Formats: sequence, C-alpha cells, structure tokens
Amino acid sequence: MLASDGAAIPMAGGTDLLVHWPVHVEAHERTYVDLSPLDPLKPLRWTADELLLGGLTTYWDVIRDARAGEEFPLLVDAARQVGAIQIQARGTWAGNIVNASPAADGVPVLMAYDAVVVLESRRGREEVPLDRFYSGYKQMQRRPDQLVVGIRIPRRRYAYQVFEKIGARRAQAIAKVGLAVTRSGAGWRVVAASVAPTIRRCPAVERLLETGAAPEGPDDLLPTIAQDVAPIDDIRSSAHYRTRVMARVLYHDLRDFWGQRA
Amino acid sequence: MEISLTLNGSPVSLTINPGDRLLDTLRYQLALTGTKEGCGEGECGACTVYLDGLPVNSCLIPTYQVRGHRVETVESLDPGALEPFERCGATQCGACTPGVVMTAWWIRQHPELLGTHSIRELMAGNLCRCTGYDGIVDSVAEALRGTGGKRET
Repeated sequence: MLASDGAAIPMAGGTDLLVHWPVHVEAHERTYVDLSPLDPLKPLRWTADELLLGGLTTYWDVIRDARAGEEFPLLVDAARQVGAIQIQARGTWAGNIVNASPAADGVPVLMAYDAVVVLESRRGREEVPLDRFYSGYKQMQRRPDQLVVGIRIPRRRYAYQVFEKIGARRAQAIAKVGLAVTRSGAGWRVVAASVAPTIRRCPAVERLLETGAAPEGPDDLLPTIAQDVAPIDDIRSSAHYRTRVMARVLYHDLRDFWGQRA
Repeated sequence: MEISLTLNGSPVSLTINPGDRLLDTLRYQLALTGTKEGCGEGECGACTVYLDGLPVNSCLIPTYQVRGHRVETVESLDPGALEPFERCGATQCGACTPGVVMTAWWIRQHPELLGTHSIRELMAGNLCRCTGYDGIVDSVAEALRGTGGKRET
C-alpha cells in the first residue's frame, strides 16, 4: 500500500497526526495506513550486543523496562519528558524519528547512543545510522514505500551520559533546547535539539571534548557551538537565548569532566 | 466502516467514519459525555480514557484504532471516585475533573508506579486552570490510602 500510493502516511500512535484534527481539513483527504495491528513491531528486544526497539515500541514500553533504565538511562529520561503518561502510552520512538521535529525528545538520546534506523519495503531492508538520517528540515533518508520497522541501539559501556531538556515548564513542554551527551569507547557524542533545522550531532563540540581542553566558562564554548548549530527565533524562544543556554548547560554538565583535566 | 470494541466492560459494535476521533465517537455517537474536550492537541488531559488499561488522550486517537481493543471512560468509575477530590478542594469548574479522576484512579490501580514516579509526574498530563495542583495531588494521595472507586461489576 505504501508502495502503490506514494503519498500514503503510516500512522502509529497518532499523537502528532491527530493534533487539532477537526480543523486540519486538508489532512482529512490524505490516505493513512494504520500500523497499530502489526503486533510483531510492538515489543522491544534485548540481544547480546544490542537493544532493538520495534517500529511500534512506545515511550511507556521503554520507561517500564527495568534494564533500559540501567543500560540506557537517557532513553528513560527523555521518554519521561515527552508530554505525560497519556502521550507516553501512545507515542512511538519510530514515530518521533519520522515526524522529524527539530525539537524531538526521543531522537537526541537515540542519536547519542549511535542508534541505527531499520527501514523495510518490498524492495528489501535498509539500515541508516540516525546521525545521517536527516538531510534538512523534515527531510530524511526514507522513501515513501519504506517503513521504519526497528531501531538498533548498540550496547556499550558508557563513562558519561546526560540528557537535558530546557522548556517553559517541566511537563507538557516542547524543548527550547535539548541536549544529549554520551561518552563510550566510541568517543564523545554531543547531540543538540531545537537549535538547527534537524536534530544533529555537534562535531566541533565533540572534538573539543576529545582534546580535553577545558573552557574557562560557558562563554568560551560559544564559538565552538556556533560551528555546530544554527538556531532561529520562534514562538518558543530566541536564537540568542538558545545558544547561550546550550553553552551554559553544556558547561554546567561537563564542569566535573573539565575540572579533572584542569 | 463497522467496528467492535469492549467499552466499559461490554462489547459494542458501531459504524464509524475512518476520520472520527475516539473523543467524538464517545461523546456524540455513544452519548458518553463525561469525557471532555479541552485543548484538542493532547496537552490538557480532559479527554483521558483508558485504552487497554493505560490512560490516553481520546482526542488523539482515531476510533478505528480501538477496534478489537478495550476502552474505559469516566462513566466506568464508581461515583465514589470523586470523594477525595471533593474533600481536598480539588474541583472547581469541573472541565478537567473527569480526566484528572481517570488518571488518579489509574495510579491507584498501579501503586507500584510510585516506586519510580511521583504523583505530580504521573498527573502532569492533566492540566487544571482553577484549583492549583496541591489539592489534586493531595486527593490522589488520599485515594491511594482509601478504598473503593472502581465500580464493582
């Protein structure tokens, strides 16, 4: 069906598609493919070397998985900040990826854990690392006939991991700035949300962390951050505020790490 | 299209349009008007119902997605479920109350959640513009201590 109708929209929990549904008259004319009966896509699975989220695994599924809280605490941290239980019970990780909001909460932590998007269509299976999935605002490496059937997350030992979401209030808010930082044998990963047209890694900040060179204060980070992000002014915040907050949060979170080097 | 579901414990079959929201089906087709519409964008929680035992916003659910599933509305609760809220001054205009009570009694059915979550976090999806939240949090705590609420069938 996705293959024959290039404009059909797969629907999982519907938490993005149904917002203000009665007044979105133009959305009523489109074709939707209800994924909810696809039971095999619902559970999350642990293997020896990865956590596999299904295409229909919800935030609540991950929040209630004790091992996820131990091994991938940022997944649980982020999931608990997506709306509240009513959204967490319906919203899916795969839906968060393909909705492609620059302010997504699930995507930054998945990216900081080097998640890989598993796409399937009649033409076969394809895997795209999440940090290469987005090419521009709401643009992604997914053909209309492809469905996100899973998300692979490699199991690694993390020496450092933190997720920060700055919003207008603690619950039910959309991020003004989101930040996920991890450090493993694979290196540092710094992922920022709401400061660019897509969720993206911050290679300049990652390089700075690899050198171990300590900034004197948050403002020292601004030139590095400027290489990685391109925030805008919008209804939720201003570009100036977003950049400064990102610098302060990053500095505050990593002060201990940098302090050890100083 | 024709769908069947289990609604408040009873099997129901009805004819719907694919674009119908569960909230509208409940209120306008099934006359279960206890469930309220607040924001229509999944933020305020006034339309909270249980889907397969979990609180969800019925304004964000296409009715066709609940075919074959179990839905419970505020009408499934015993009227006594309101008592802690009345005692603690946690109601005023009443628009949020059905949703608030639904989430509160879900917490009461799952006290193990309080091992990882605070009442405040679990209630964060139900906005109240009248009372402030202290009375609501107190009511949930009181409901957790007390008995009753869920209608015995």
